[in-house]
Amino acid sequence: MTAIGWAQIAIFSAIIVAITPVLGAYMTRVFNGERTFLSPILRPVEAVIYKLSGVDERHEQHAVTYTVGMLLFHVGGFVILYALMRVQQWLPFNPAGQSAVAPDLSFNTSISFVTNTNWQNYGGESTLSYLVQMLGLTHQNYLSAATGIVLAMALIRGFTRHSVRTVGNFWVDITRCTLYILIPICVPYALFLIWQGMPQTLGAYVDATTLEGAKQTIAVGPVASQVAIKMLGTNGGGFFNANASHPFENPTALSNFVQMISIFALGAALTNVFGRMVGNQKQGWAIFAAMGILFVVGVVVCYAAEAHGNEALNALGLTGGNMEGKEVRFGIVASSLFAVVTTAASCGAVNAMHDSLTAIGGMVPLINMQLGEIIIGGVGAGMYGMLLFVIIAIFVAGLMVGRTPEYVGKKIEAKEVKMAMLAILVLPLMYLGWTAVAMQVPSAVAAMGNPGPHGFTEVLYAYVSQTANNGSAFAGLSGNTLFYNVTGAIAMFVGRFWMIIPKMAIAGSLAAKKSIPPSAGTFPTTGGLFIGLLVGVIVIIGGLTFFPALALGPIVEQLAQNAGTLFASN
Amino acid sequence: MLREIRPAIVVLVALTLITGLVYPLVITGIAQVAFPRQANGSMIERDGKVIGSALIGQDFESDKYFHGRPSATTAPDPKDASKTVPAPYNAANSGGSNLGPSNKALVDRVKGDLAKLQKENPGTPVPEDLVTTSASGLDPDISPEAALFQVPRVAKARNVPEERVRQLVEGNTEGRLFGLLGEPRVNVLKLNIALDHLSAG
Repeated sequence: MTAIGWAQIAIFSAIIVAITPVLGAYMTRVFNGERTFLSPILRPVEAVIYKLSGVDERHEQHAVTYTVGMLLFHVGGFVILYALMRVQQWLPFNPAGQSAVAPDLSFNTSISFVTNTNWQNYGGESTLSYLVQMLGLTHQNYLSAATGIVLAMALIRGFTRHSVRTVGNFWVDITRCTLYILIPICVPYALFLIWQGMPQTLGAYVDATTLEGAKQTIAVGPVASQVAIKMLGTNGGGFFNANASHPFENPTALSNFVQMISIFALGAALTNVFGRMVGNQKQGWAIFAAMGILFVVGVVVCYAAEAHGNEALNALGLTGGNMEGKEVRFGIVASSLFAVVTTAASCGAVNAMHDSLTAIGGMVPLINMQLGEIIIGGVGAGMYGMLLFVIIAIFVAGLMVGRTPEYVGKKIEAKEVKMAMLAILVLPLMYLGWTAVAMQVPSAVAAMGNPGPHGFTEVLYAYVSQTANNGSAFAGLSGNTLFYNVTGAIAMFVGRFWMIIPKMAIAGSLAAKKSIPPSAGTFPTTGGLFIGLLVGVIVIIGGLTFFPALALGPIVEQLAQNAGTLFASN
Repeated sequence: MLREIRPAIVVLVALTLITGLVYPLVITGIAQVAFPRQANGSMIERDGKVIGSALIGQDFESDKYFHGRPSATTAPDPKDASKTVPAPYNAANSGGSNLGPSNKALVDRVKGDLAKLQKENPGTPVPEDLVTTSASGLDPDISPEAALFQVPRVAKARNVPEERVRQLVEGNTEGRLFGLLGEPRVNVLKLNIALDHLSAG
């Protein structure tokens, strides 16, 4: 650990704090339907879309209709992506001559992108044509991100309105989010990435003759346009197999730093949007603070573990920290910080191979995801995930004093608490249930890439990552098999929609309630006590649920390493 | 609910075309005009032929050249397409070793590489990055320590004074951005091209 390392982490955190209210103010205007400085250019496009689709933008929808619209939209997105992959060999923009993607892999990948997971069982440069990368993946990167954001908006409106049945119009929200928020940031961002060295071409892979006379085929493509939204939308699916560690997908220390900022930008800003919409920005900052505490703890542990290095290699006289699976231009600190950021948010892009992190260093990303990615979280998904924990925390506080709990003027009653618990319990069911099933299937066990407890961690990580819609992997696991493709797709689907549906039920129920003014007996939700309670509830729920599984994986691996034990494949 | 089907189709198609075709093609158009070198992969040409990309590492085996980091990339086995064989610096199939910290295979590999390197430059500690594989398998850089470690071997193979080679390494070392971001590094391909110039001149 070095002073420069800590300085990088401090500056990263300061920038996130600084941009949160700026982006938050802009996003609030967009979702309130107000004019923005981009309206002169974008308003005509927006109006044409409403005209063609027959959407009346002043007409608001009931929570159920809103959800149905969202689901229909996803069915369509899934069909487009699946079809493109199955017939890519007959379509243009395929200079590398990629053949049709296998049915189970297409299924897994389509579910994966529609749910904002971007699990990478596909190989990028070795599997997909440029057309699929653009029209299939780039487009889903946009729309699944926009979906997350607008669903968070629906829940936030549930808190801010009273005595109504509507939570907004899905078609208006998704269009405005894409046109006014995502595209205007991605255009300059993609150009910046290209300036830093990222390819953006429709030309074929380049054959080079190396200095030593060997042939090297260098994969290129329309990389930057996809990477911009991949990061901003916390999608994380790589253009290349090696994702953001590939020099073309993350060429410099600066591109790396900006990518990390962009992963957190919108998720952090949503806390501020929440504060503005409920009429008190401090409500947003309180949630931001709870996220910040959990984030900083994760960064410190991960950085310390990686800088300390691998005991088995240190014993051979190496002193540089754990550089296996890391790139020289990022080094220990930027790799550790990226690993925490990408799993705190639901991004899943990686600039280092998580499978080769130290046992404790690799446990941090795993825990981040197990908690449900509520530390900033996926765009939108993190915000509504955190609000579910807020409901539980408020409920616990209410139990302590024997009073019906309230939050930002809404009574939190049995229905909300039940729905929040349903959403929160679905996660461990998927994480732990599928891991347990996989342990009973010999071919699934044989797919592990590492022996001993690390192999178990690979499988656990796979289901946690997919259920939480993260998409990063302990990639030694050979996940492109029928078993993992299908079970993983189920985990992704349930992890996304079984969170969303109870959450939308809460949104509808809250919107219909009366708003009550705070009284002397109201538990204040802007101060340190609330922040502490919220962090405590998250840690206790997470700890009780996941500690046993962690003990079988990373914890026992670290203890074995301390004792000098290694594991060999037979 | 049936009322939602028309907007579902129209909004989906409209946004798909905007984000999936218009956006990437416009970016491609601007990039090809404004940043043609980067947009096409930062290729380096010598005598009119592409010899590699400034951003993508190459496999160097000869004693005359500086070596990059070990690479774990693979290629399909020509004899059996369902299997893979090691193919270091395969820029059409990026990836890391994915070996876990407690895996004996990792420790054995590092031990083997360490023994070779210690023979080449006895008494000097081996930098971590020379015995660990990168995440992408295409890392274009090594640390300045890893470059300096190789100076005696390269100087001997080229029959030039070590001091000249060391100066070359120092001239090709890039520092942190603003003294803060990233890590000091040496681009191996650029260093080796400079080395060829040195010998030719």
